[in-house]
Amino acid sequence: MSTHDCDTCVFHAELERMGVSTDRFDRVVALAGNPNTGKSTLFNSLTGLKQHTGNWPGKTVSRAEGGFEFNKVRYKIVDLPGTYSLLSASHDEQVARDFLLFGRPDVTIVVTDATSLERNLNLVLQVLEITDRVVVAVNLMDEARRKGITVDLRSLARDLGVPAVGIVARTGEGVRDLLAQVDALSSGEAVTAPLRIRGTGEFQRAVDELVPLIEAAAPGVPNARWIAIRLLDGDAEVETALASGRLAQLTAEQQQAAQGFSRKIALDGAQ
Amino acid sequence: MTTGSTSATTPEAVIRRAASLRDTLSRGFRDEAVRSLYAEASRIADRATVRDGARLDIDQRIDALVTSPILGLPIMALLLAIVFWLTVAGANVPSAMLAEGLFWIEGLGVRMFEAIGLPWWITGFVWNGVYRGLAWVVSVMLPPMAIFFPMFTILEDLGYLPRVAFNLDFLFRRAGAHGKQALSMAMGFGCNAAGVIATRVIDSPRERLVAILTNNFVPCNGRYPTLIMLATIFVGAAFPPAFASFAAAGAVMAVVLIGVGVTLVVSWALSRTILKGEASAFTLELPPYRRPGILRIIYTSLIDRTLFVLWRAMLTAAPAGAVIWILANVHVGGASIAQHTADALGPLGHAIGLDGAVLLAYIIAIPANEIVVPTLMMIYLGTGMMTDVTSFEDLRRVLVDENGWTMLTAVNLMLFSLLHNPCATTILTIYKETLSARWATIGALMPLGLAFIVTFLVATIWRLVA
Repeated sequence: MSTHDCDTCVFHAELERMGVSTDRFDRVVALAGNPNTGKSTLFNSLTGLKQHTGNWPGKTVSRAEGGFEFNKVRYKIVDLPGTYSLLSASHDEQVARDFLLFGRPDVTIVVTDATSLERNLNLVLQVLEITDRVVVAVNLMDEARRKGITVDLRSLARDLGVPAVGIVARTGEGVRDLLAQVDALSSGEAVTAPLRIRGTGEFQRAVDELVPLIEAAAPGVPNARWIAIRLLDGDAEVETALASGRLAQLTAEQQQAAQGFSRKIALDGAQ
Repeated sequence: MTTGSTSATTPEAVIRRAASLRDTLSRGFRDEAVRSLYAEASRIADRATVRDGARLDIDQRIDALVTSPILGLPIMALLLAIVFWLTVAGANVPSAMLAEGLFWIEGLGVRMFEAIGLPWWITGFVWNGVYRGLAWVVSVMLPPMAIFFPMFTILEDLGYLPRVAFNLDFLFRRAGAHGKQALSMAMGFGCNAAGVIATRVIDSPRERLVAILTNNFVPCNGRYPTLIMLATIFVGAAFPPAFASFAAAGAVMAVVLIGVGVTLVVSWALSRTILKGEASAFTLELPPYRRPGILRIIYTSLIDRTLFVLWRAMLTAAPAGAVIWILANVHVGGASIAQHTADALGPLGHAIGLDGAVLLAYIIAIPANEIVVPTLMMIYLGTGMMTDVTSFEDLRRVLVDENGWTMLTAVNLMLFSLLHNPCATTILTIYKETLSARWATIGALMPLGLAFIVTFLVATIWRLVA
């Protein structure tokens, strides 16, 4: 028994890497995170694909997709460009934001850098504003150890209200635990209570008033809360999207794109 | 009541309601929200992280050295020189061994075909044409790439490339270009098509175009074999054997530095003419140094890069070998087509310090720069005796003794190789990235024009002085 208790072993029987060969899948997982935190490395180790990774920010320029199977469930995994926030209009942030908003992934893994957690948590909190099915993967635990940094994962998980798993994507350490959390969240077995930055009371009341209105005006739109915040913020782009009906169209498009597995995107992303 | 709620469900009404709600909120409420988000992130991180203050941050000490204003550039140049020297010194022997083995097979194949009585032109086409093209590409390209790419990948994985960008930022800024152009330029050392794609890290369209159009001025691995061969034969051979490889590496290094210089000058010129504008500010994260993963380096550098490039070269070399064999063996009016073409290109070639055969080789090698030298050798050898060339000694004999090459030819060929138009793949990539035939055309013709002007000037001055 204990001989197979291999924590660092990604090739464990439960995980099957399917590369780009999958055309049917049960659940969608999104990989978000700051640049250069090892998203692509994790993506490669899960899918067996060889998307090029390099130690410099900006390496992943468009999203890449691949597949893997864990506990007999087939997952499609989408590697999003690395971003520091989701608030600006730059191309990579838009790609990441649109997918999280409209692609409706079953679970979003936010990959963070254990050696600079503070900066990484800014993005985690912003992702939590959009979706509550989030697992925080604290990557580069080995580098943190080397630098004498200890990360208290339980404190992190308690504060954020979502699971936090320490991993070393390069060696596969902790990846199985991460997948177990992904499995539990995406099957509905586990639920989260994500931390939401409330802001002032009047702001919160304004958001609460707008949410049902948005849901009525654009039926089927996910993340009405996030759209309410953007509207209060005077985000011209979201306003136009809502007024022109593009929001509904975008939702449909992203869902369609998420349904049909795009080999082309996977290959384009693989350079 | 009812009418009120219906009207509130149209998108316009929602936006109006949001706007009026916004007015009721105290000013700067969103800034407040973002601020509280950052404060919360900081609080959570503090609670979850324990730092061992006693340990020194070794990364910062290394960075203080490699990005220092005084030592940063020299250290960079030194690293580059070491990489080139190891490539030059290490590639020589395996290249010669590969060539010997592969050409021995050629001889065997020829004898076999002759023994079973196949006509001479089938034997020639298959073995002296297609096969010889392939053998050349493999023996000239494989060893340098198998040494250069792993070293480059180590530097990349280590996290050194952003430091290069940091060191070169002030130069690019002065040229009106983006500091991250140093990153796409560094990728260009591997492959210019990859370098053009890497310009996506640059947000400003103007600066991105500058980076795309100038990426070609750093030699890609397809051009290193040409540079290394010429540096070894002409520069290295002029020094005592003990220093030959250092001198050759120094010459390659000089060509690369000229390339970086041309990149800056052309960027500067573009920023003041057709792509006018100021350099934009940006923040560049210096990632932590990481120990490169050995398996991943082997995979990335050997499978992704070396074999990928070699395969591409072989795909273009086989048909090129066939074309050349035909050109060299179909005779019209007493001379081969290759001879006629080379003669026709002769005056132009001579004006820029080269010859007609070199220009013909460059025309045939437009699909891939990798095959320029093999093509050239096939033009030279295919028309005369079928000499086996297995070492740099033999090469030197063919070029200098039989075809009248001088130091000027070597220097200008290196310059031409550095500056001339990008390969077809890169031109296509420029088109895909800019979605503009105009920029793709400029990206192809501007370097070509520059190559002709520079080599013409060098040849003219050289002849005046000598």
